Amino acid sequence: MIGILSVMTYLPLLGVLGIALSGSDSRARLDENVKVLALFVSLIVLGLAVYVGLHFDVSGDKAATFQFVEHFSWFPSLGLTYHMGVDGIALCFVLLSALLVPICIVASWKSVKHRVREYMAAFLILETFMIGMFCALDLVLFYIFFEGVLIPMFLIIGIWGGYRRIYATFKLFLYTFLGSIIMLVGLIVLYKTTGTSSIPDLMKGAPALLSPSLQGWLWWGFFAAFAVKIPMVPFHTWLPDAHVEAPTAGSVILAGVLLKMGGYGFLRFSLPMLPQATLEYAHVVYALSLVAVIYTSLIAFVQTDIKKVIAYSSVAHMGYVTAGLFALTVPAVQGAIFQMLSHGLVSAALFLCIGVLYDRLKTRDMDQFGGVTQVMPRFAVVFMLFILAGVGLPGTSGFVGEFLVLIGTYIVHPWVALGLATGLVLGAVYSLWLYRRVMQGPMTRDAVKALSDLSRREQLIFAPLIVLVLWMGIFPTAVLSVLEPSVRQVLSPYASNPSLVAPDFSSPHHALDAPEPTLPHQDEHNEKGHQ
Amino acid sequence: MTMAEISVFSTLFGFLLAGLWGRSLGVGLTNFITITAMAISTAASAWLFYDVAVLGHPQTHMLGTWIQTGGLDIAWALRLDALSTVMMLVITSVALMVHVYAVGYMHHDASPQRFMAYLNLFVFCMMMLVTADNLVQLFFGWEGVGLASYLLIGFWHEKPSANAAAMKAFVVNRVGDLGLALGIFAVYLHFGTVQFDALFAALPSVAGQVVSFAGYTLPVYDFVALLLFVGAVGKSAQLGLHVWLPDAMEGPTPVSALIHAATMVTAGVFLMCRVSPLLELAPLAQQVILLVGMATALFAATVGMTQFDIKRVIAYSTCSQLGYMMMAVGVGAYPAAMFHLFTHAFFKALLFLGAGSVIHALSHEQDMRMMGGLRTVIPWTYRMMLVGTLALSGIFPFAGYYSKDIVLESLFASQGSLAYLSYGVGAFVAFLTAFYSWRVIFLTFHGKPRADERVMAHAHESPAVMIFPLLILSLGAIGAGYVGYEAFVGHDREAFWQGTLAVSQTHDVIEAAHHVPAWVKWFPLEVAALGIALSWFFYRYNPALRRRLVDGLGAVYRFVYNKWYVDELYNFLFVRPARALGRFFSSGVDAGVIDAFGPHGAVALSQGIGARLSRFQTGQLPFYGAVLFAGASLVMLYVIVRGAWV
Repeated sequence: MIGILSVMTYLPLLGVLGIALSGSDSRARLDENVKVLALFVSLIVLGLAVYVGLHFDVSGDKAATFQFVEHFSWFPSLGLTYHMGVDGIALCFVLLSALLVPICIVASWKSVKHRVREYMAAFLILETFMIGMFCALDLVLFYIFFEGVLIPMFLIIGIWGGYRRIYATFKLFLYTFLGSIIMLVGLIVLYKTTGTSSIPDLMKGAPALLSPSLQGWLWWGFFAAFAVKIPMVPFHTWLPDAHVEAPTAGSVILAGVLLKMGGYGFLRFSLPMLPQATLEYAHVVYALSLVAVIYTSLIAFVQTDIKKVIAYSSVAHMGYVTAGLFALTVPAVQGAIFQMLSHGLVSAALFLCIGVLYDRLKTRDMDQFGGVTQVMPRFAVVFMLFILAGVGLPGTSGFVGEFLVLIGTYIVHPWVALGLATGLVLGAVYSLWLYRRVMQGPMTRDAVKALSDLSRREQLIFAPLIVLVLWMGIFPTAVLSVLEPSVRQVLSPYASNPSLVAPDFSSPHHALDAPEPTLPHQDEHNEKGHQ
Repeated sequence: MTMAEISVFSTLFGFLLAGLWGRSLGVGLTNFITITAMAISTAASAWLFYDVAVLGHPQTHMLGTWIQTGGLDIAWALRLDALSTVMMLVITSVALMVHVYAVGYMHHDASPQRFMAYLNLFVFCMMMLVTADNLVQLFFGWEGVGLASYLLIGFWHEKPSANAAAMKAFVVNRVGDLGLALGIFAVYLHFGTVQFDALFAALPSVAGQVVSFAGYTLPVYDFVALLLFVGAVGKSAQLGLHVWLPDAMEGPTPVSALIHAATMVTAGVFLMCRVSPLLELAPLAQQVILLVGMATALFAATVGMTQFDIKRVIAYSTCSQLGYMMMAVGVGAYPAAMFHLFTHAFFKALLFLGAGSVIHALSHEQDMRMMGGLRTVIPWTYRMMLVGTLALSGIFPFAGYYSKDIVLESLFASQGSLAYLSYGVGAFVAFLTAFYSWRVIFLTFHGKPRADERVMAHAHESPAVMIFPLLILSLGAIGAGYVGYEAFVGHDREAFWQGTLAVSQTHDVIEAAHHVPAWVKWFPLEVAALGIALSWFFYRYNPALRRRLVDGLGAVYRFVYNKWYVDELYNFLFVRPARALGRFFSSGVDAGVIDAFGPHGAVALSQGIGARLSRFQTGQLPFYGAVLFAGASLVMLYVIVRGAWV
């Protein structure tokens, strides 16, 4: 009954138990043991995730379906079921989460000095919730994990954060909690109307059971939660504050995984379950995405806090994601997911880079740096590489995501693509400006002159990220082919929709050649919805 | 490994070895590795040129899949045909000379290993660009050379001006890349492919179709061609996006020779030639290209007349010569454009490396007002620079004479008022070119030394490792025109190009160019001679008259000297507004509106209500939670009722 996904999800909790039970005569010894234990557990989870990835059927009959499924009755009296499984999309996010947690633990090895036990426990709990959320195939389970993520994140920022951490946690809480509550309402309505809490069933059958007006209400309900989470302008102001106050590893998870929960939510709920509402309101998403790309890029340009630059750039990058998702073509949605994965690696790495600087100088003010390249040549290379991946240089993962989003959007909405593409220029402006002010120029400050280059531990953190960013940039097909069947499944309600302008060429290169619709016809939707 | 893979990837290996382990390998070993990689690439390219272009065996090597999803199928592949192998020959031969030269030039630098690694990286990206079989791989190389250019312009990263120039180059190029990217998307939308052969085969399918664009309608061909041309404008520093090229001279001089004269900046011309079958169907786009090329040639030549930094003069001359190439593209004389690209690579690299030798001799002095009288101090450099200058000013029988003439003849032969105008402008630019390039010679090598005595005492001829590449390049500057003429633009051109360059069905411009009136052929040479004579008159014979003339021209001179104030204009139009907007959005909108009415507003509101409703406001968080929950519950109730109702 219990399968590998559940083992992966709850193993970190077992680790927490171990941490709680561990004891030693000396504080330092204890902290050391706890770190080793946490790392060990997270590495096992990563191993399990890789095992799932290797045994995932990408080309056979099951490619488009959920695999490694666990399904049994949970609270029969309430009609709740325990339902886990992964499709290509979820698998990639599980892998991303499982990769980032051990990196976070190693990154915090030296920089976290007080309450080490609690800190490591918080990260392991966080891992449980993250992986659980991506594997959950039941509404109730999904909601529990989705909300649960907030608790350890809240603590990580609130306890190990910077000077204004209480303000930041409060803002984070206010925004995401409000959004989630509204989504909860939506989930309840969804359950009440359709009579099932199974996400795969809902993905197949919900459009037929929901009237257009109800779809609209639900769409906005989900939008509230996911638009805040990803975040879209104007619901983004919690993010820069949260990032600035969060400890390095907190920022890594925040940017690397938490933002992606919003995009994942759109993919799981809004797109497949509410196709009519999605088509009706897509223009709202385009507009907000365009604003996000241009508006936040300009803001990023004038920041003096290094972390705020990257935080705002995250919002801009997520603008590509939301636009790509709602362009509803295979390349655009593939690109949006790829962009999320890529950004998960790249922004995580950039926050780690900032952490490297912060650990040494205890400041994130650009003006306190300058000329760092001269004393930290290795770090300069690493930082440059991720800056370039951030601006989408071909050969890095950042390019593939942006390119697919843009080309997939262009073939249906050229103007939207044109607006988004200005991000190519704006992104280069703020990224290179950041690099120039921090890393280049004359070295005038004594504190900078005393900096030491990357330690072995720090090199170890960056190595897997560098390899993955380049690998995904040069051979992205491995990832794209895992995603493609699931993406086509998500887009199946739109395959025959005339309101999506299909490009008119007779060649085999057809952008919208999604499989035949698996849903009943639109006329039936309304009838059933009204019953 | 095939020859094609060796030619492209050996420099990638060189880059990785030198880049990752250069520090521990040491200078000597790193030089050896990078130059060996470069020499292997050159030898392989020469062999491929012989096999593909001379013997006529075009081929495409598939390396693997790059991006494949939802109908898109983009491959990693090496496309070897006449056009790409000509480019490979030019790139590798100039790059090899620059690599050797750099060993001497960067001898005193703190990290020559990093420099050599970047050079190898550049060559790899450039080879990927020219051997691309589809537009997206071309874009990979295109942005890759942009990166290498950025890294090399900013090579002396402790120098703020170098960093500024590097960033400017990257960002301005990105504006062009934006156009190229949109062009690629448009190609995919309208033709369903980004692969060259498939694209050319699909061209007839959109005949007569138009694109509506901001109230205008444009034929699909013109629309796509213009978008691609925006990319070329950025990379080839055409008027409008040229501002990065003069500043790029902040980089070490070997970089200026290789990237900002011989190879990378010609990528725009190459791209236009690569998509020439498309351009042939886009007459409107061709006219725009002709006009932009004309404006660039004229603009850069006028500015080049007034500058005093020796490298900037040569940079503006590069800009101007690229204008010539674009003009040739604009009238469909693609072989002429490629021919000028070919010869220009040799004599311009020669001029830059010569200038580098001058700068090297004078302890990094670049201002020509501080030079003079170097003819006897650095005689070999002087001779080589003379060869380059003769070629640039188009004097028979040097390389520039052949290629510039065929460009101008093609302009004349393409007929129509715009064509005749462009011929006139082209001839005038030839006059200006001769004038300012000889101005460089006179100011630098003739007259009395103006450098102070200490510098002059140190002035010395460059070592053999720097002079040898100059000698080789000067062979190209002398002979490339004569040797290449028949194959590139003469009787053998059809056999040579093997259909890689489109030829108009109705009017073969190159053929017509051979039959223009005799005066059309002689005129450019005459005005060039006049330019040299005037240059001599003003800079050697009667400098006082020149000074009076400059004073008399006052405002006009200042306008030209300040590069037509384009930088100032862009600063006013883009840079400052972007900052102001950013600040406004940051403090005005984000903090002032969104936060004020969002979370802060909610807090203030609830505090107001809370103060009135509740006496025990100790813990804030539970209270807000309660407010939120109550509000959310109301919403939930409403939705459930409504949902059940609907």
